Amino acid sequence: MQSDPRGVLTGTHFLDGDHACCEGALAAGARFASGYPITPSTEVVERFAARIPTVGGTFIQMEDELAASITLQGAVWGGAKAFTVTSGPGFSLMMEHVGYAVMTETPCVFVNVQRGGPSTGLPTLPAQADMMQARWGSHGDYQIIALCPKSPQECFDLTITAFNLAEQYRTPVFVMMDECVGHMTEKVIIPPAGQIEITPRRYTTAAPDQFQPYATGSDLVPDVPPIASGYSFHITGLTHDERGYPSMTPETQDHLVRRLQDKILNAVEKITLTEEENLNDAEVVVVSYGITSRVAQRAIDLARAKGIRAGKLRLITAWPFPDFKFRALASNGVRAFVVPELNLGQMAREVQRAAGGQSRVIPVTHAGGNVHQPEQILRAIEEALL
Amino acid sequence: MATTIDVPVPGNLVEPFLRSERIPHIWCPGCGIGTTVNCFARALLNTKKDLRKVAVVSGIGCTGRVAGYVKLDSFHTTHGRAIPFATGLKLSRPDIDVVVYSGDGDLFAIGGNHLIHAARRNINLKVICVNNLIYAMTGGQTGPATPEDAITATAPFGAYEPAFNMPQLVEAAGASYVARWTTYHVKQLERSMTEMLSHDGFSFIEVLSPCPTLYQRRNKMGDGLDAMKFYKEKSKVRHGAPTSEIGLTRDGEIVVGKFVDRQRPDYVELMRRQLREHLGERFINDGVPTCC
Repeated sequence: MQSDPRGVLTGTHFLDGDHACCEGALAAGARFASGYPITPSTEVVERFAARIPTVGGTFIQMEDELAASITLQGAVWGGAKAFTVTSGPGFSLMMEHVGYAVMTETPCVFVNVQRGGPSTGLPTLPAQADMMQARWGSHGDYQIIALCPKSPQECFDLTITAFNLAEQYRTPVFVMMDECVGHMTEKVIIPPAGQIEITPRRYTTAAPDQFQPYATGSDLVPDVPPIASGYSFHITGLTHDERGYPSMTPETQDHLVRRLQDKILNAVEKITLTEEENLNDAEVVVVSYGITSRVAQRAIDLARAKGIRAGKLRLITAWPFPDFKFRALASNGVRAFVVPELNLGQMAREVQRAAGGQSRVIPVTHAGGNVHQPEQILRAIEEALL
Repeated sequence: MATTIDVPVPGNLVEPFLRSERIPHIWCPGCGIGTTVNCFARALLNTKKDLRKVAVVSGIGCTGRVAGYVKLDSFHTTHGRAIPFATGLKLSRPDIDVVVYSGDGDLFAIGGNHLIHAARRNINLKVICVNNLIYAMTGGQTGPATPEDAITATAPFGAYEPAFNMPQLVEAAGASYVARWTTYHVKQLERSMTEMLSHDGFSFIEVLSPCPTLYQRRNKMGDGLDAMKFYKEKSKVRHGAPTSEIGLTRDGEIVVGKFVDRQRPDYVELMRRQLREHLGERFINDGVPTCC
């Protein structure tokens, strides 16, 4: 279906990433947000609070991130599309409800404008060090989806994608921004509502007495029961059977946890978004995401000017990790992957795992606070060929 | 030939409210939680509400399991977070009655911050707090309502932290309806729940309820029946009593009754008033649209 024009600010704008993310959420149909102030993410909900009364919907500022991250889930079960926005310390507090959203299959979006950590760290400066927390931060086995915008335009576009994927797979989806992307201001083009494709919530068509809340078809994604319609459905964070009732058996646990994982892993190729250049003849592939990909671009250009066959693989989807891309490149003779990121090597490990020992992996680490110098990345590219 | 007479079997009034396929429940013999659910079901009947538009939200613990037994749209959330979940549900669907049904540890310890802020905002939630004085699901540890000197699993020599006086706390935070009963007072509790379901604004009922397995036994207070005798003997109905004077002690008087019943504009009303005043016709006042 197409976007509701009431939320779409069609036109050409000069926006920072945080504001563009808010516009993306509105265009995606988000009509509820709950938040708690934290730098450098707050501008997203500040704009939402200013915009939503004339679009139709609600913003509430909660007492902490524990609350914000579950208030939005109450709103989702009430029928809204909803999201919250935070940064490092708040992201840590939200992990409890990432797990709840996974377990209850609540479609929702968490935006993390990453800053330096651990703990209070660098509140006003960038990092990309929450990538593993996004993947593994809540307890238990599960899969989620995470997207990494590199520009205000992508903050707009990928926030819409995030809401759509959340509905399609009934999962929390993360928009993993960083302080640079959140605070940089660039041209953002917002298309007419009719050109924005929206994934609607898939409500059940079964009669209440026939309905099983967690029965699924081949996509392993259950249909949603509408509230206040006589379904008398039960939602729990306990291990549950297809009726949604708690069931403490190893069999139910195995069936449920594997389904939660497989509904995303089975679709990894459909979910994966990348930007690729010169991969056909590449000896070295620079793997990057978010703000770092813009620095990496410069390093790749410098390397190619020197005659080095350097390729670009930008991960737009960070999770589920696209192993298949790396397996193919490694078997194709890529000598090395160079992985710059604003952390001490989080995604580089994934690249190493996926490359399976067939290619070298050279992390270009950075603890955060600013971005790499292109020369650092260039040196790693040159080192790869030694 | 024998004559048979059709004797009508008296139906159980509350059965339609329960997920009978989930019975037997997990609660111990003598536990008071089931009694509160019985009162709640009768209160719902009294209000003649459309039950499709009543939702129950629970946290974690023995009382947290209520959501799993009532045949309503029901949500068993995370520990302490029933109120913020319910807040989102209520704000997205103001036409639905949202009842939060949880225990003393869930609402007043891990969820204490959410409780006071929901009361301050006057979110139109109906909160039923079953107070069994301890963390029962985990084995009877000290909670925020454990009276001084009571023996618990983590206070083997007697608790020495002062306990919360629940009605006083929620009144101070802004609750517009506050009552306390025990599971001995089933008629009064039913009436109070009925009244609360028709009250606008953040409403709160504390129900003192026995845990024979973990609290009564450790404190040599007998079984469920002994608890009823204790409640009967110690309770005093004092409607309108100042909440500062009704803190519970281990063996002392149990003041019950309705303490607060006042009108305050609720969150949605305040929000709409403010936005309408500042945005005029531009304010779109049709709530949170459902997404598809």
